[in-house]
Amino acid sequence: MNASSTATPTGTWPMYRAMVGVGLVCGILIVTVFRVTLPVIERNQAEALQQAIFQVLPAARSSETFQAVDGGFRPLGAAAPTGELVYGGYDDSGALIGLAVEAQGMGYQDIIRVLYGYSFEENAIVGLRVLESKETPGLGDRIETDPAFVRNFERLDVSLSEDQTTLAHPIHAVKTGEKEHAWQVDGITGATISSKAIAEILDRSGSAWVPRIRRALDQFRKADQP
Amino acid sequence: MTDVRSDHGPSPTDEFLKGLWKENPVFVQVLGMCPVLAVSNTAENALAMGLATMFVLVLSNAVVSMIRSFIPRQVRIATYILVIATFVTVVDYVIQAISLDLHKALGAFISLIVVNCLILGRAEAFASKHGVGRSILDGLGMGIGFVVALLCLGGVRELFGSGSLFGVRVFPDQFQDWVVMILPSGGFFTLAAWLLLFNYLKQRRARPGPAVEVTS
Repeated sequence: MNASSTATPTGTWPMYRAMVGVGLVCGILIVTVFRVTLPVIERNQAEALQQAIFQVLPAARSSETFQAVDGGFRPLGAAAPTGELVYGGYDDSGALIGLAVEAQGMGYQDIIRVLYGYSFEENAIVGLRVLESKETPGLGDRIETDPAFVRNFERLDVSLSEDQTTLAHPIHAVKTGEKEHAWQVDGITGATISSKAIAEILDRSGSAWVPRIRRALDQFRKADQP
Repeated sequence: MTDVRSDHGPSPTDEFLKGLWKENPVFVQVLGMCPVLAVSNTAENALAMGLATMFVLVLSNAVVSMIRSFIPRQVRIATYILVIATFVTVVDYVIQAISLDLHKALGAFISLIVVNCLILGRAEAFASKHGVGRSILDGLGMGIGFVVALLCLGGVRELFGSGSLFGVRVFPDQFQDWVVMILPSGGFFTLAAWLLLFNYLKQRRARPGPAVEVTS
């Protein structure tokens, strides 16, 4: 079957030598490439996150990462990012604009990960960016591309109930063109499940995070700012 | 394996050109269908996947050819897979370093280059029996043939499925996108159409004489 012209040795040693030798060289190559590309990849990821933060908080000019700790938040600084994180957005003068929060939930195909911007002043979600989704191209992926759908998140009301523990009005999706209130999400025809999934993700995340964030409002302000 | 030729056979130019037309990996050998169908929903993805595959193919062909006398027959497939998997891992990291968006679009399919039968097929059927130069030419030819085939599919699917080409809108906004073209079934339709065209052209060229193509 093998028409190789070279006589191949068949002892055990040549086989060990070939496999171990090739494995060793391959191992060294992989580890070297990994070490060389790691800083670039980490920088790319950080840049992508920064971009997403400024996209969901359009008025922000700088950002800072906060880590959730018992009963509040503290700036992450240079520490390694672990646990639950939120990202504060600040304008030119350093005044707090809002927070970017990551959320995820089941879509039609797989888990959808989104980042949304919450504005303290407007008490609303002011931007949404899909970080990861495997929704059907041409149908479900319109949650990222459909201009009418994206407009839902320019101002989506998330004001709190009177006792400040949950959302006053649950966020939910309605049929295309039937949106009446600021807390409703106008769905996409042909992508019902994906657009409902986004509304559910925001409702679940919003009712958990917004009360927590509002309680801790002062912890996000920079020291020299009102 | 069918193809056993000596190094004194076809000229280097033929070695390179055969992958483009006569033995095109997609349209003639119908190899590596998983990435062909899965990643060809836009021209850009198709191009990136094709280039990544070509890179792995050329390098693995070169290395397999270089070490061919050093590898005992019994462990050759394991060794080839090791070499191929190494280059795929390298490509994976390099693409992540170049563009995260591209990496996101190609997703799981980069790792699947390892099991693209085109690459192992060329290592076993060609590189393990020929010199480094010819093996690189073979890899380049087959790789370019693969890129062209993927672009043929990706171009058509993006054009009709999204009305654009390389992300640039081609058809007017009134054009109703054929959503089916970017779904998996559109991949099969487009591949079938291209195979039809390719075989029709081949038969017309083949004059009266018999032209039976035996592929493995």
